[in-house]
Amino acid sequence: MPEALYQQTATELQQGLQEGAFKSVDIVRSLLERIDAVDGDIGAYLHIDKADALAQAEAADARRAGGKALSDWDGVPISLKDAIAVKGQPLTCASRMLENFVSPYDSTVASKLKDAGCVLLGRLNMDEFAMGSSTENSAVKPTLNPWNKECIPGGSSGGSAASVAALECPWSLGSDTGGSIRQPASHCGVVGIKPTYGRVSRWGLAAFASSLDQIGPLARSVEDAAALLELISGKDNRDSTSVPEPVPAFRKALGQPVKGLKVGLPKQYFDNSEGLDPEVREAVMAAARHFESEGCELVEVDLPHADLAVPVYYIVATAEASSNLGRYDGVRYGYRSANASDAIDLYYKSRGEGFGEEVKRRIMLGTYVLSSGYYDAYYLKAQKARSLIRSDFAKAFEQVDVLLAPTAPTPAFRRGENTEDPLAMYLADIFTIPANLAGIPGISLPCGFSKSGLPIGFQLLGKSFDEASLLRFASNFEAAHSFARQSPEL
Amino acid sequence: MEYEAVIGLEVHVQLKTESKMFTTARQGFGASPNTYTDPVIMGLPGALPVMNLQAIEQSVRVGLICDSEIPEFCKWDRKNYFYPDSAKNYQITQYDQPICVGGELEVELTGPSRNVMGEHRKVKLTRAHLEEDVGKLTHFERDSLVDYNRAGTPLLEIVTEPDIRSSEEAVAFLQSLRMHLTAAGISDCDMEKGQMRCDANVSLRPKGSDVLNTRTEMKNLNSISGVKNAIESEIRRQYRVYQKGGTIVQETRRWDADSGMTQSMRGKEDAHDYRYFPDPDLMPVRLPREKVESLRAELPERVFDQQRRYQEQYDFPYTLTSVICFDFELSRFFETAMASYGKNPKALANYIANDLQRERAQSEQDGLLPIIDVKMQPAQLADLVRLVDEGVVAKHNAREVFIEMFNTGRDPEPIIKEKGLADDGDDGDLEAICKDAIAGNAKAAEEFRGGQAKAINSFMGPIMKASKGKANPQKVREMLEKLLSE
Repeated sequence: MPEALYQQTATELQQGLQEGAFKSVDIVRSLLERIDAVDGDIGAYLHIDKADALAQAEAADARRAGGKALSDWDGVPISLKDAIAVKGQPLTCASRMLENFVSPYDSTVASKLKDAGCVLLGRLNMDEFAMGSSTENSAVKPTLNPWNKECIPGGSSGGSAASVAALECPWSLGSDTGGSIRQPASHCGVVGIKPTYGRVSRWGLAAFASSLDQIGPLARSVEDAAALLELISGKDNRDSTSVPEPVPAFRKALGQPVKGLKVGLPKQYFDNSEGLDPEVREAVMAAARHFESEGCELVEVDLPHADLAVPVYYIVATAEASSNLGRYDGVRYGYRSANASDAIDLYYKSRGEGFGEEVKRRIMLGTYVLSSGYYDAYYLKAQKARSLIRSDFAKAFEQVDVLLAPTAPTPAFRRGENTEDPLAMYLADIFTIPANLAGIPGISLPCGFSKSGLPIGFQLLGKSFDEASLLRFASNFEAAHSFARQSPEL
Repeated sequence: MEYEAVIGLEVHVQLKTESKMFTTARQGFGASPNTYTDPVIMGLPGALPVMNLQAIEQSVRVGLICDSEIPEFCKWDRKNYFYPDSAKNYQITQYDQPICVGGELEVELTGPSRNVMGEHRKVKLTRAHLEEDVGKLTHFERDSLVDYNRAGTPLLEIVTEPDIRSSEEAVAFLQSLRMHLTAAGISDCDMEKGQMRCDANVSLRPKGSDVLNTRTEMKNLNSISGVKNAIESEIRRQYRVYQKGGTIVQETRRWDADSGMTQSMRGKEDAHDYRYFPDPDLMPVRLPREKVESLRAELPERVFDQQRRYQEQYDFPYTLTSVICFDFELSRFFETAMASYGKNPKALANYIANDLQRERAQSEQDGLLPIIDVKMQPAQLADLVRLVDEGVVAKHNAREVFIEMFNTGRDPEPIIKEKGLADDGDDGDLEAICKDAIAGNAKAAEEFRGGQAKAINSFMGPIMKASKGKANPQKVREMLEKLLSE
């Protein structure tokens, strides 16, 4: 048992609360002290209301003392990516556009966490409007990788991953549109799950690309990630794209044997020359060999349209984003330019001044691909290619139970390395994007360190709504390798 | 050269639903500004649309009334444009897979006189698609204000083929649409409240030709007379352009009711690129055939079908059907009364078309007393008709009973008793009075016996006078016939 409360996993905290070993306010104080100590460097948090966090914890303690705990998790703190609405808390998407915006309503995931009694501790940094792979696109500040402050933490949920890795919260929520949970989880050495599209309600998640976005957990153990997924999953009448699929007790999948199951290795993910780092390749192959030693059969599988994923993604995601971000115009809320001469100018200037470079780049791309005369050549064709990618996966899952692949082609790159080269940055998501296009679930978990001491992650991809299989494999791997419980020296 | 007009209408109809098209916020007219809103209507970050099933059903019913095809699937698209009337800066609409395809609506053109039925024809429809209404902007000298109460109201856009040939036909179409939609409870179609709005596409061509010439689109036609006047004004304008050898430019023109003119708003080159694409927040809508059929089964009878049925089944004249059938509240009153006493439809209809309408007009300063405020219930009127038929009260006294019933909502029988209007049935008395009358007019008696049936009317006045109005005309007639043939 670790000595300080901030070092404990959510499951450990929950047990301690139930045993009366400590109180929620003790946890929150411990975390606030930790954040004070390390976040000046890391920059994972955008906003914390300490008094409010302590008040939430006191309320949780009072409930528990009165025998009226809302759930096992009553009093356990969590922090959310700053794209997920919590009533009365800032919702900035790390953008100047929303720098003073406070959400007047709760996202469905926030409601569910409140119903369970969780303390909603603070708001986590991200790439502006979730557009980026390094959290360098935050309009507020960059987040640094806790393992090496010269490196990026990944993105766009960089704050969500770094805060968990740096022991600034036991677990967190991020969102994954093209890898934005899995890639930073991989770079920060934590566990991250992108659930099946439709598994978790998007109500209250500021949209980037509606057909790809999915909220998911980041944690320091597979068990925590499974528990958090249970807390947030389920059909929601406020989100038409959420699916009425029963939510299994995901933690029951933990520890289930994997012997005799088939693990697919997509050859395109290992063979290609897209700059798969040899150290990453070696660590991921070692993970594959682990499953072989556990009695799994390794099967090479073909995903013939894998090379289409990045171009398809940057058409579909930008098209949807160009429309989704139309609402940020300075008319009703958010940043409004003081220099506008008339109504049209107000749109131009508010959006021109309020959005950062990457957001504007993607809005322009998306506007272009939807334009009259280009729609068929880009958007329509991309949708067709998307269904080819989807059917590639469907065929693969006829042969195997899960797919195993690197999460990112390299360990965390150095800050500023790709900021001048958007295409290089886009390729950071080459292995994560296909799961979003296909809507299937994925989990990233750590499988080693590079020689320079940076975490390396691998991902498991599964059939739609079969997160349980992913958790089964992940817990099997974690039992033999506790990389996620290692913490950086800070 | 003789020209003919080619007109197509785009009619926007606000559907009657509890809540808005894509959220649970209330919808309605007249609330204080920006109160019927929520995160969806205000376009807050993270808000998502959820489809209103009631609006889907209302739209399907429109399609069924118009014999449209109801495809098994329809879907939602985003129409992107920047304007403060839409908080999201896109409107959710249906671009290429609308809820209703094709169809036609029967209309009645104005007849040669009020008492004579006009020509009936069917106007072909292209489609009807469902969308969300936008907010309302009010412009001032320096500022503009926006009210999002209207934003998100379910709005069905009904598009006709260029199948209309005159302003009268356009008006007839709108009137028919309004009659059918109000009768089915789909919309109140009040143009003053913006519940029905109309754009008109107008072009001219040589009469008899089938070419489609360049058209202009007229917007802002907010009343029936606005539609009529704008179309006529635009036909005249295009005619003058052609007469001078000019060409018509494809453009959008705004109707200005004050000047009675249309003015150019924007040309084709200024047309927006709306960047339509399927809305990823909403699933395509599947309409099971059983659902469509159950909606069809619940539809009220179509107005002109009902009119033909009343003509054939009840032998109603046009003057009666045009009052009863063209006003769903009256036809519902009639049908309800018929259900309680169905032996004398014509008497019932006449009470409704004449007495009821007269009394409603007299109790309201301006227009008619709303039917919901009429105290007399259909079954009570049916009772009155029955009592007349059974000879309990004389027909000519029934009017007084009617007025009392209308004013108080009481049943007819106690009123008849109180007022002493009951036919006392004393035939001895009646026989004596009739004999006196015959004796007093030997000439008429002679004429009747000679085969002139109308001569019997000459006795009526004196008999009524002698009975102080209590005699039942029908009984008097029977008595006279009996006495005269003795």
